Amino acid sequence: MASRQFATFEVAEQLFGVEVHTVQEVLSYNEYTPVPLAPPAVGGLFNLRGQVIAAVDLRVQLGMARKALQGPVMNVILRGDGEPVSLLVDKIGEVVDLDDEAFEPPPDTLSGPTRELVVGTFKLDGRLMLALDVNQAVDTYRATT
Amino acid sequence: MEDLGEIVGEFLLESHENLDQIDRDLVSLEQEPDSRDLISRIFRAIHTIKGTSGFLAFSRLEKLAHGGESLLSKLRDGVQPVTPATITVLLAMIDGVRSILSSIEENGSENDVDIDSILAQVHAQMNVGEAAAEAAAPAAPAAPAPAAETPEPLDETPAAVRPAPEPVEEQRKPIGELLVESGGAQPQDVGSALAQQLDGDERKLGTILLEEGKAKPAAVNEALSQQAPKRSIADSAIRVDVDLLDTLLNMVGELVLARNQLVRGVMETGDATLVRSAQRLGMITSELQEGIMKTRMQPIEHIWSKLPRVIRDLSNSLGKKVELVMQGKETELDRSLLEAVKDPLTHLVRNAVDHGIEDPDKRVAAGKDPEGILTLRAYHEGGHVAVEVADDGAGLDVDRIAQKAVEKGLLRPEQVPNMDKREIMAMVFQPGFSTAAKVTNVSGRGVGMDVVKTNIENIGGAVSVDSTPGQGTVWRLTIPLTLAIIQALTVDCGEQRYVVPQVAVLELVFIDGTSTKIEYASGAPVYRLRGKLLPLVRLDKSLGLEPSGDQGVYIMVLQADGRRFGLVVDRVLNTEEVVVKALNSRFKDIGLYAGATILGDGKVGLILDVSSLARRSHLAADSDRKNLEGSSRANAGAGSGERLLVTAVGERRVAIPLDTVTRLEEFPRARIEHAGSREVVQYRGQILPLVRLSHLLGAYGEEPEGDTVSVVVYSEGERSVALVVDRIVDIAENSTTARRDAEEDGLVGTAVIQQRVTELLDVRRAILAADPNFYTDLESDEMLVEA
Repeated sequence: MASRQFATFEVAEQLFGVEVHTVQEVLSYNEYTPVPLAPPAVGGLFNLRGQVIAAVDLRVQLGMARKALQGPVMNVILRGDGEPVSLLVDKIGEVVDLDDEAFEPPPDTLSGPTRELVVGTFKLDGRLMLALDVNQAVDTYRATT
Repeated sequence: MEDLGEIVGEFLLESHENLDQIDRDLVSLEQEPDSRDLISRIFRAIHTIKGTSGFLAFSRLEKLAHGGESLLSKLRDGVQPVTPATITVLLAMIDGVRSILSSIEENGSENDVDIDSILAQVHAQMNVGEAAAEAAAPAAPAAPAPAAETPEPLDETPAAVRPAPEPVEEQRKPIGELLVESGGAQPQDVGSALAQQLDGDERKLGTILLEEGKAKPAAVNEALSQQAPKRSIADSAIRVDVDLLDTLLNMVGELVLARNQLVRGVMETGDATLVRSAQRLGMITSELQEGIMKTRMQPIEHIWSKLPRVIRDLSNSLGKKVELVMQGKETELDRSLLEAVKDPLTHLVRNAVDHGIEDPDKRVAAGKDPEGILTLRAYHEGGHVAVEVADDGAGLDVDRIAQKAVEKGLLRPEQVPNMDKREIMAMVFQPGFSTAAKVTNVSGRGVGMDVVKTNIENIGGAVSVDSTPGQGTVWRLTIPLTLAIIQALTVDCGEQRYVVPQVAVLELVFIDGTSTKIEYASGAPVYRLRGKLLPLVRLDKSLGLEPSGDQGVYIMVLQADGRRFGLVVDRVLNTEEVVVKALNSRFKDIGLYAGATILGDGKVGLILDVSSLARRSHLAADSDRKNLEGSSRANAGAGSGERLLVTAVGERRVAIPLDTVTRLEEFPRARIEHAGSREVVQYRGQILPLVRLSHLLGAYGEEPEGDTVSVVVYSEGERSVALVVDRIVDIAENSTTARRDAEEDGLVGTAVIQQRVTELLDVRRAILAADPNFYTDLESDEMLVEA
């Protein structure tokens, strides 16, 4: 039986997860430089040890209003395709080991922007975790309506 | 191809270097056909290639090199004279070698390259020579067999008997031996000098001989110079992977940023010991950065060296005579930049030979030397390197360019009278522009000046052209020293800080809303810059932010795409060196940003793409120009163009209007005396009060060491005062308007001069600081003594 490790985090009370190997690191950061004229999903840029990282606002990607960038905000930094990209999230959860058995495709009732980002649902004890499609999640040119 | 093997790789690398040298030598040989040195050098280089290719079993290459060597040996032995035809054949042979080498590099084999036709040419040349030699002197001794690999006779040192025919591998000869061989010293003198050294005399052998009068300085120098080139370059240099250097450079960039943050933090604590350590760290970091940058630097000669050949071939085919002058070939540039500059520079040179320099008969008719002069000039200028390609040809025809630009639809006829000469000349950089009356195979192929401009702007540089009818044209490339670190101005717009590459900034204007103000032409903002209308781009609007007011803002006068425009920002902060970071690819489509950088406070700052801002502004500017021509002309005033003396005070540049300067003097420090709290010197029978600009302006930094101080003397009537500066930098033309700066006492403003921010001294205030009664008691001489 195959099992996978997921790093979990919360956005607007919902638990999401990405596979651990796609994550470079997790950290909280204070100051973001806005990029005028960039797609709305771009929260800003920040300095990660001298590297300029773009932070993608997961709330916007999920069809919600922009996250207020006051005070420290948690970043899940994904390795990305050659250049790291960060996802702005509300809260970091645990790393969980999940059997494929616990996996189900997204429910048919799930629609809207969230549906496009989610590849499946994992049944955890007492709550559900939505597994994100990493590439879709950081694609800021995706039509977010 | 994938595994050429290290030896072949080394061979290719080395041969390419050798071939470039041979090219240069051949072109010089054509100028001085009697130079045995040159022939020998070319011979040796070809011989090395031949030897190695034989060893590596590249038989075609060996055959070709052998052919060339045979012809060269005839030239060397004087059997055959050096003629332009021989040079052409030899150059063709070198090209053949080159194409074999690149074929080896690409597919590991040399079989596709045709060498027979080149060899036929080479043999034809040799036969010409033989026939001529036999006809002229039938009794002359037979030429050595073409294949002979005799070492070249060393006529300068006939006594030398060389054991090995390969001078390259020869060990360094002791200087004594060289001196004896050349007759510069007697064997017994050298012997006794050596004995002295054995007895503990630590002087060098040459020094001993010189000091005892046993050898002439010239002889020793010659022996030393003979010794020097024999030290193989391998002893003093190593090859380093460029990627490694890039990584090091990036890390040093980070170090610089960390240093900046640390220094800022430490300054706030005010702990003197920590501050000193931080300053020391700062210095070391700067030196480290400089050192790493230097490893990537190469003299511009590296790319210039190919140009003599280009010019020779081109001028021959066009029937023109061109002399090439190179100035500043030791000027160094970052390696990656050199690569990027190579093609644009070659294009400019070809263009200058093709279109700039006239045919010999036309030149004679114009009263010029039939031989045109093409000057390549490279020099440092305020954090940039300027590279100029100057010809003494007919110059650009401004009217013709204007006409052509109108024909091509690049300009509207009514725009032309409103443009100055330089603006019109800059039209040649527009895509699809070519004034060449006839299209030659050299230029006018559509890849022209616009490509030059794009390439140079891509590396953060700028292109300009200036021309005087009948006297020639100067094309000028301004190139940053390195790609990774640029001089930039930080500006505020809204709540964010942005970075503007300084190379694009011409000047800064402060808009106070009364004496300087933004005007609107049916909604489009403009500013009257010395009587001309400058289209304005509001940065906040361009970025989709809330627009701020029109008062208390700054206009940065920028140049890009050959046009000027003003960028309105809220505040201009300072200039600093920033490390350019590539911006995440997702932002490339926006087009407004050229990159990002980490600012001193650790935040990310966006670097603005000036060209793209310019393109945005011109859409609007073109439609507004027309309406405004009338008012612009009515208000046209004379440009200031005053000349300024630029001085260094601490780390600042301070400019003083030249017409207020009477003399520049150097006074010995010891001559400075004290009168009350003031410093004075005796000068031409007067007591001259001194004021140190560093004190007046509150400039920090240590006083320069040295026994003298530099002063600027200002006199009016009988009275004089002296302003002490650290250093006189330059005299510059001020084409800029000062921006008011109320924060600083003692200054009338700040301007960008020679691409550096320079403060303009309030001369009157400085004089009053030295002598409070200077203006009130001009008649009274006694007062001066008391002052």
